Amino acid sequence: MSGSRRDFIKISALSAAGLLLGGHYVQSAMSGKKSAGNLGSAVPLRTPTYCEVCFWQCAGWVYKNEKGDIQKVVGNDDDPNCNGRLCPRGTGGVGMYHDEDRLKTPLLRIKDQDGNQTFTEVSWEEAFDFIAERLQKIKEEHGPECIALFTHGSGGNYWGNMLKAFGSSNIAAPSYSQCRGPREVAFITTFGDGLNSPEPLDIRDTRCLVLIGSHLGENMHNGQVQEMSDAIDKGAAIITVDPRYSTAASKSKFWLPIKPATDIALLLSWIREIINNGWYDKEYINQYAYGFEELKNHVQPFTPEWAYGITTIRPEQIRETAREMANAAPSVIIHPGRHVTWYGDDTQRLRAVAILNALLGSWGRRGGFFIPEKKSVPEYPHPPYPAPRRTWREAMNGKYPLADLALASGVCDATIPSPDLDCSIKAWIVNGTNLIMTLPDQKKTIDAINNLELMVVVDTMPMEITGYADVVLPECTYLERWDDLRVAQGRNSSVALRMPAAEPKYNTKPAYWMAKEVAIRLGLGAYFAWETFEEKLDWQLKQIGSSLEEMKRIGVKNLPREFDDLFFAPGDDHEFYTNTGKIELYSTALAAEGFDPMPVYTPHMEPPAGYYHLNYGRAPMHTFSRTANNPNLVDLMDENTVWVNPKVANEWGLTNGQPVYLENQDGVIAKFPVKVRVTERIRFDSVYIVHGFGHADKKLSRAYGKGASDADLITRVLMDPIMGGTGMRGNFVTFRFNKESEVQS
Amino acid sequence: MRYAMAIDTRKCVGCSDCVVACQTENNVPIGYCRDWVVEVTDGTYPQLEIEIRSERCNHCENSPCVRCCPTGASHYEAGGLVLVTPHKCIGCGACVVSCPYDARYSHPDGYVDKCTFCMHRIQKGQQPACVEVCPTKCMYFGDLDDPNSDVSRVLKKRKFKTLIPEAGTKPHVYYLI
Amino acid sequence: MREEIIISGRLNPNIDPHLTIWHWHIPLYLFLGGLAAGILFFASLYVVLGKENQFRGAVRRAPVIVPLLLIIGLLALFLDLRHKPYFWQLYTTIKIQSPMSWGAWVLMAVTPLSFVWVAIHIREYLPKWEWKWMIFRELEKFFVKYKLYLAWALLFLSTILGIYTGILFSAFNARPLWNTSILGPLFLTSGLSAGAAVIILFSKRKGERVNFAKIDIMLIGIELFLIVHMFMGFLASTEVQIEAANLFLGGPYTAPFWIFVVIIGMILPAVLEFLEIRKFHIPHVIPVVLVLFGSLMLRFIFAYAGQLSRWLY
Ligand SMILES: Nc1nc2c(c(=O)[nH]1)N[C@H]1C(S)=C(S)[C@@H](COP(=O)(O)OP(=O)(O)OC[C@H]3O[C@@H](n4cnc5c(=O)[nH]c(N)nc54)[C@H](O)[C@@H]3O)O[C@H]1N2
Ligand SMILES: Nc1nc2c(c(=O)[nH]1)N[C@H]1C(S)=C(S)[C@@H](COP(=O)(O)OP(=O)(O)OC[C@H]3O[C@@H](n4cnc5c(=O)[nH]c(N)nc54)[C@H](O)[C@@H]3O)O[C@H]1N2
Ligand code: SF4
Ligand code: SF4
Ligand code: SF4
Ligand code: SF4
Ligand code: SF4
Ligand SMILES: [Mo]
Repeated sequence: MSGSRRDFIKISALSAAGLLLGGHYVQSAMSGKKSAGNLGSAVPLRTPTYCEVCFWQCAGWVYKNEKGDIQKVVGNDDDPNCNGRLCPRGTGGVGMYHDEDRLKTPLLRIKDQDGNQTFTEVSWEEAFDFIAERLQKIKEEHGPECIALFTHGSGGNYWGNMLKAFGSSNIAAPSYSQCRGPREVAFITTFGDGLNSPEPLDIRDTRCLVLIGSHLGENMHNGQVQEMSDAIDKGAAIITVDPRYSTAASKSKFWLPIKPATDIALLLSWIREIINNGWYDKEYINQYAYGFEELKNHVQPFTPEWAYGITTIRPEQIRETAREMANAAPSVIIHPGRHVTWYGDDTQRLRAVAILNALLGSWGRRGGFFIPEKKSVPEYPHPPYPAPRRTWREAMNGKYPLADLALASGVCDATIPSPDLDCSIKAWIVNGTNLIMTLPDQKKTIDAINNLELMVVVDTMPMEITGYADVVLPECTYLERWDDLRVAQGRNSSVALRMPAAEPKYNTKPAYWMAKEVAIRLGLGAYFAWETFEEKLDWQLKQIGSSLEEMKRIGVKNLPREFDDLFFAPGDDHEFYTNTGKIELYSTALAAEGFDPMPVYTPHMEPPAGYYHLNYGRAPMHTFSRTANNPNLVDLMDENTVWVNPKVANEWGLTNGQPVYLENQDGVIAKFPVKVRVTERIRFDSVYIVHGFGHADKKLSRAYGKGASDADLITRVLMDPIMGGTGMRGNFVTFRFNKESEVQS
Repeated sequence: MRYAMAIDTRKCVGCSDCVVACQTENNVPIGYCRDWVVEVTDGTYPQLEIEIRSERCNHCENSPCVRCCPTGASHYEAGGLVLVTPHKCIGCGACVVSCPYDARYSHPDGYVDKCTFCMHRIQKGQQPACVEVCPTKCMYFGDLDDPNSDVSRVLKKRKFKTLIPEAGTKPHVYYLI
Repeated sequence: MREEIIISGRLNPNIDPHLTIWHWHIPLYLFLGGLAAGILFFASLYVVLGKENQFRGAVRRAPVIVPLLLIIGLLALFLDLRHKPYFWQLYTTIKIQSPMSWGAWVLMAVTPLSFVWVAIHIREYLPKWEWKWMIFRELEKFFVKYKLYLAWALLFLSTILGIYTGILFSAFNARPLWNTSILGPLFLTSGLSAGAAVIILFSKRKGERVNFAKIDIMLIGIELFLIVHMFMGFLASTEVQIEAANLFLGGPYTAPFWIFVVIIGMILPAVLEFLEIRKFHIPHVIPVVLVLFGSLMLRFIFAYAGQLSRWLY
């Protein structure tokens, strides 16, 4: 790095003097300041930020070195999301700023004389004029509702405001229908409240933490990892249900190596054990729950022996772990997970999780789920948004009635023209989400894109999605910009400020500025009435008794809890936002829509001979595909490997480090080979790869061609009929030693 | 004063935050590192265990790297730190060869570099960067001679081991097991 | 199955996946140092023994290459330094426990003396030589007068140099393959053997050649004995040392070591020299070259294999 280069010069200048003066003199002169040289920076010039490397949004401080270059980011001690400690991705966030492969200037797709499409560099004005003109045209021809926004990350707010002002409410994020959607619906139908982010789990005080495919420690959602560690310190028992020996499994008192796709059977059996042994919280259930008797009857057939046949978990282990949870109750958390779109019956699985928590009385209890404080900061004044005439829901033909947010996959479906649709979606604005790697069934995504009249991609990196754009708008990184305040829920609400630590590199700009410029061109400037972003932030902060000046100094402001209601007080009356006002063990909302009111186990497809479940997950040093080119994080992990059980390796003659191609049940082959990791940590019916690798864009110099992308291989999508989640774990793969690419579709 | 570190293998999740934090704190060039994380899996599915260790220079009390250095660039510092003075180092590599833990590397600028226990931070009363960042708070740092230091307290409570005690280097990094 | 991996992706150049911080420079440096020590040892020995005239090859002729060997050796060492502008720091301190420091200082002493030695014997090659400057003539006179003391000094220093080339490696406890007390004597013997071989090449007298052939055979015998003992020692030792020995007993260095070092570099030349003594006609360059080759390979192979051997934990 540049800092040390400078040291080198400094040192050689000194030693040349040493030669003149004689070694001895210099040596003693130097020993007085031994710490010179490679011992790090001294100048403490810090600015507040919150991290954008994942969506936990930890607040931190950005430090610069003597030359004014961004050197490091460290956590803000006052931030409840991180407690002064960023995760490896947040610490490595500096790499996003330094990455020389970044998008550098606005790009417009053009056709050259030979009809080849290329990007040409354009000015911001040209880019905005082009976008505004196309949007206006689509509005006139099809209506503003035919425009959709996909977003994951801070910039989404501004584009969302622009879109709502324009007359569309099609705003979708892959963090719903590809991620936590089923969980939210399951908890809303059970407790009347979703969980949101950060999840209100009192892990640090729990006595028993049950992780069902939730691989904390690899999943680095910071606050949870920290609290899991606190819980380990305090002697909490961890029970991990995972077909793979996850890091969390290795920290657990019990590891249940479950057969993939059978979790509901285990959950039902646990519910039965807890009810039949009278281990449930009787008072709590009496007071708060609805449908206990129905549930009790419903679960009678689901004995541990029955579950054993399905899950391969021994009956004694099922009983023992049920007792462990009951002993800890109500300080027990059956973790709801986060990326839960697995097998299409996910809402029901998460219902079972919610029910189990309810039976043990952990909702609203210390060591269980706390009641989050959700303060908000007033929006900067703007005219009311027009009511859209239509939304993406119309395209769904009444499917997925219980989805509480827009479905990214649904918007994608609504883009592909079909006879049932009076109008399909014509334009996408894509901000901070790499849909090619993110949505299952790539082919369909690309089909949808091919039907668009306009696609604008706002990104920092030349990710796959940018290759499909008509206009690419290069955003500066989070370290170079202002953004909306982070207002987080938690034990108390907190507000965090992000301010630029450096000027944007290259010709990049913040999304708020882009959205405002486009809005002005669409005659919607009134919705962005602030002169500068600082002015907007200062106004907002003054509404909550702070100011921009104060926030620059402290970075994070904790807003005290209004009432002392973190947990239910004994005997408290409590109204739940469900149809019955109770915790619904029997869901009236599901029943009303014709779904099973109580979870049922249905068997899933098993891999054919020679094929293995395609299991995927997170590595602690990377976030999805967004960090795959980050120089600091690539240094820690530059490719994924395919985990293979030694027995399977033996059968196939695979050795450690050997490159193989993965091919799925539909004959789709991953674009790049992936190296084999022979490990006992995986079952013999599955293989495992970390999501986010196997990038196909050569402009990503560090990420290109490194490892395999699970997204390439997820072509079978198991739809959740309740809320439209896209189950992605129903794919099977086999090994191939060479590619023979032409054969495939 | 005897500085030491204790690392809880039961809490470490192998996230490697300690490695990035060290790099950004200490200007360790990309492609090099002063600390690293080892994961050892033993057993047969499903009877398995994992030990994860964040490793770095052990600041050995009896350190071969100091002994073999021909110029005195590698030396002991107050508190038992083992340090390299870049402008005294000729880059001969003897200390790199001498370290049984492979804790040293040759900096692209020519001198040999390794973990300093973040001397510039501990002198200011701060914790080393890796200790301060660790999301699982599994690292403890302090003075062994102070019975109230984090490290002394945790070593009193828990079982621990050092790496390759047979090499006789008397390491000052302890692993809680 | 046991799986041990570095999950933070560590790949420090020259350290990972295994140590390769020392390349050709160090073994070459050690070979040249050992060879120079061998030649100087015999040169000074025969002066001390008062047999200078029977062993002119050893005393007067062979040492002519020593300064060159030492300079190339030092150059190799210098090239190996990665922080070159600071090399002078070597001479700001004497570190008794550091073999590198030892080496630097011994060479500092030996190199000028080797020049002196060549200078006072220069007429062996250039009979008409006369020093131009008075000061040199005076100096020559001085050294010739005290030649015996000079020889004693060189005998002492060349022994230290020879031992040093051996213990440089064995001082590293961290590399199990090197961590044996036999490596010092082995490298010393190898250096002497190489020195003896070179003297054969320079000697003009049959009797002297036979004498050094006998010495060489004896030294090779000692080397073989030391090698056998070294392996016995390893195999009777800890797991890491057994692992280290296995580099040569079935591992990646088995063929190079046994073929290049032991057969081509030791047994074959010993046999040839034996036959030569028995009056078979064999060009004496052949065993000499083989011995030198073996001696060089010994250092190369130990340098690389040693860096491959590590503690297990
Ligand atoms: N195959 C497969 N698909 C998955 C998952 C999986 O595990 N496997 N996981 C699912 C889950 S849980 C989720 S939450 C989603 C996540 O899906 P995404 O949020 O789409 O995740 P990324 O692939 O990281 O895409 C992030 C994009 O944002 C860009 N970006 C980064 N920083 C900025 C910024 O500051 N500004 C702008 N404008 N852009 C920025 C990155 O360059 C990248 O192109 O994916 C889901 N899809
Ligand atoms: N480092 C890092 N951390 C992250 C992210 C990241 O990109 N990088 N992304 C964040 C986001 S947005 C999300 S949504 C979360 C996702 O993180 P989680 O919700 O924790 O993870 P999942 O991807 O759902 O689950 C992965 C685990 O499920 C196991 N599994 C696979 N099949 C089955 C099964 O049939 N049954 C059971 N019981 N287990 C199974 C896998 O072996 C693996 O251990 O991670 C968050 N944290
Ligand atoms: S969890 Fe890590 S990546 Fe996510 S916001 Fe926090 S520091 Fe950043
Ligand atoms: S930061 Fe902490 S938890 Fe992460 S690898 Fe390092 S020691 Fe382990
Ligand atoms: S760990 Fe290695 S570098 Fe550090 S003091 Fe010990 S021997 Fe020296
Ligand atoms: S490389 Fe530098 S620190 Fe190491 S032994 Fe040589 S001079 Fe000393
Ligand atoms: S103590 Fe400092 S120098 Fe040593 S590994 Fe930790 S961060 Fe790096
Ligand atoms: Mo997610």
